[in-house]
Amino acid sequence: MTTSTHMQNAEILLRGVHKWYGQYHALDDINLSIAPREKVVICGPSGSGKSTLIRCVNRLEAHQEGHIFVRGVELDDDERKADAIRRGVGMVFQQFNLFPHLTILQNCVLAPMWVKKMPRNQAVEIAMSFLERVRIPEQAHKYPGQLSGGQQQRVAIARALCMNPNVMLFDEPTSALDPEMVKEVLDTMVELAGEGMTMVCVTHEMGFARQVADRVIFMDRGRIVEEGKPDDFFARPKTDRASLFLSQLLH
Amino acid sequence: MIGRLILTYPDGVRRTGIAFILSLITLGLYTLGISSAWIGHLVPATSGWLADNPALGRFLAAAMIALILAANWMALRQLNRRQQIIGVWIELFVLLMLFFYSFNLSFTFIAKKIGYMVSQGVTTTLYISAISIVIATVIALTGAIAKLSKNGVIYGLATFYTSLFRGLPLLMQIYIIYLGLPQVGYVIGAVPAGILALSLCYGAYMTEIFRAGIESIPRGQSEGATALGLSSSQTMGLVILPQAMRVIIPPTGNQFIAMLKDSSLVSVVGVWEIMYLARTQGQTEFRHIEMLITASMIYWVLSIGLEFLQSRIEARFGRFNVR
Repeated sequence: MTTSTHMQNAEILLRGVHKWYGQYHALDDINLSIAPREKVVICGPSGSGKSTLIRCVNRLEAHQEGHIFVRGVELDDDERKADAIRRGVGMVFQQFNLFPHLTILQNCVLAPMWVKKMPRNQAVEIAMSFLERVRIPEQAHKYPGQLSGGQQQRVAIARALCMNPNVMLFDEPTSALDPEMVKEVLDTMVELAGEGMTMVCVTHEMGFARQVADRVIFMDRGRIVEEGKPDDFFARPKTDRASLFLSQLLH
Repeated sequence: MIGRLILTYPDGVRRTGIAFILSLITLGLYTLGISSAWIGHLVPATSGWLADNPALGRFLAAAMIALILAANWMALRQLNRRQQIIGVWIELFVLLMLFFYSFNLSFTFIAKKIGYMVSQGVTTTLYISAISIVIATVIALTGAIAKLSKNGVIYGLATFYTSLFRGLPLLMQIYIIYLGLPQVGYVIGAVPAGILALSLCYGAYMTEIFRAGIESIPRGQSEGATALGLSSSQTMGLVILPQAMRVIIPPTGNQFIAMLKDSSLVSVVGVWEIMYLARTQGQTEFRHIEMLITASMIYWVLSIGLEFLQSRIEARFGRFNVR
């Protein structure tokens, strides 16, 4: 009974998800339900499967066993279904993945114009409003290569928001940034969280996790080892692996 | 030891080095058996002495040429980079023309024929090449995408095609298409056969260029596009190919130039392009070399045109690379 109500209410639902790369068991029986407007931070040592997990949610990677539902639609081999889901799920990558041959503005209007068939004027208007929200409207006509890493990542966030997604996935959004640029990106993400966006964020920024996360998920070797409210998780980790990870992180 | 010598007497070592290089050039020219006749032409009074001392004359000629080269080098060094480039081009071009001039060509014959060479030959060569280039590009794009396909049938088709058409000599392909297709009941004209052979052959080479270009774009680019909801064809057309163009264009320009000249092979099936005309027009008055040199020069001019075009297109696709 609880699972079925979960299924109806959950924004994202994973049930018994497995994934292998050859012999390597990347995801091992993942069960996870994320409610609308919930903010979830996923952390864990490198190679623990956290990136793989969120890349399965918009099917950049295909899972091999189990079920993944996004807003009630199951992800399977039907690419059109995956495309439909991707339209409602924004993603921000560690390496920004802006398109270097297009200006900032062109980066932002590309998907609305080609995927949503939005008229150019409207797409530009929306793009400019999001670029203003991430505080770089004046860079609109530059190319990504002319911007700093922090600025590029904020553009990447704006570009994803232009598709008006219900969910935002962040895959280590600050890991490739110089230390002084981490804050500007985190500030943008905190703002976004305040507006009620559903967010799933793979990050090691524990300050950010404390500030915005409703739930912290700790992964190791492809499994969800521990989950809980950030205050509990950071203060009183239940497992040895989590406390070891946290102690290494704080050094 | 030598290092200390260089540090102590930098000027002396440099002069010795220059003298050494000059003597090397002189020796090289001498061993190549350079003629001293040109000194006799310039200064007739010396011709008697040159005839009496052939070895010394040759050595003198070699040394003078080495000195002329050195003087030329010094003179060019006074100019700025752009002028140097132009200067070198002019000098080498003049030398090339002198070389051709030494063949004792009949320029009246060339003048008589060149109009026809251009109106018939260049037009035919250009339109055969242009059509082939367009078809080859389409084939290359299709082939590259097929080669990156996960579907085994499509991949098999693409690899067999590139292997076959890169592996056979173009001349054989032209013969096989022109003479072979009628065997299976499809009679093909000389021009279409030539275009088909050129397109298929160069399409196969360019498939590899396009594939490498597409693969050179980091995977994050297609992931970024996919995550935004773009379909795979939109991802290819809007994100991957425009970036791959920067890698694809320079070698493709090479291929176009090579194809322009390889279109001369089509002359074997009797297409009236530049090469065919050069051979047939020269035959009538036994002036082969005139026509062949004229044809060569025409190919060169056309290639320069393509080079120019390539650099323009390259600049266009490279403009986002500014920092």
